[in-house]
Amino acid sequence: MKARVHVMLKNGVLDPQGEAVRHALGAMGFDGVNGVRQGKVIELDLSEGASEADVAEMCEKLLANTVIESYTVEMI
Amino acid sequence: MHAAVVVFPGSNCDRDLAEAFKAAGAKVSMVWHKDSTLPQGVDIVGIPGGFSYGDYLRCGAIAANSPICKSVAAHAERGGFVLGVCNGFQVLTETGLLPGALLRNAGLKYICRTVGLRVETSDSEYTAGYNAGDVIQIPIAHHDGNYFADADTLAALRDQDRVAFTYTDNPNGAQANIAGILSENRRVLGMMPHPERAADPGHGGTDGAALFRALSGALTAA
Repeated sequence: MKARVHVMLKNGVLDPQGEAVRHALGAMGFDGVNGVRQGKVIELDLSEGASEADVAEMCEKLLANTVIESYTVEMI
Repeated sequence: MHAAVVVFPGSNCDRDLAEAFKAAGAKVSMVWHKDSTLPQGVDIVGIPGGFSYGDYLRCGAIAANSPICKSVAAHAERGGFVLGVCNGFQVLTETGLLPGALLRNAGLKYICRTVGLRVETSDSEYTAGYNAGDVIQIPIAHHDGNYFADADTLAALRDQDRVAFTYTDNPNGAQANIAGILSENRRVLGMMPHPERAADPGHGGTDGAALFRALSGALTAA
């Protein structure tokens, strides 16, 4: 069983890397990109019996810093 | 004063911090990240700069969950002193001992140079050797020093006089120009600039030495 965790900076937290990507896309001629937010994807290979609640606890304690980041958990 | 300096894999300012404590008269113990207890009688724990655990996941995140950090948190909760410099500040926000977080510098560049800091409060054992309003010259060397906190936290820091240092010319996008903050009991200080790199005439500046001298004076008398 696997879980995929998406970690993103919260709305309202400046994402200078996303901004740099947006500028680069514009400079390359890709019009119409109004904003870019960059996050990370963490895949967990889990033992049988691990629950979504366990993964949420991992996110709260380590995988995300909830002061600045939000996360979503996808069991796959 | 007995100081303990924590060493993580990837710490690189641990010996500089130890030397600055020693120069101010402290006895210094180096503590490895896998140790689960601090030496007996430690007055202050120093969390040094560097790249603990290669900055993997987030700066300071893995260090904050290391065995020694549980003891550091317990030390702080007992009213012990903790000084976190640079990566040490990042570790202290990750442990929750200080509020907020350090984001990537707004200009995306690693910045390594001496900057002006305004001392915002002299009301702490760290800053008692300065006058509020003093401008001191201290080096910074970081990629993720852009202080972020929500509006309520920033208001609380200001209202409780817990902003220790601000940048005179904000190099990294930090909110309210914040370079260093104190805990509610004023005994935990986290700061991005490196006072231990401006503590000896050989460094080219000694504006940081007063921080260690003030600490030593307060904690040796105690």
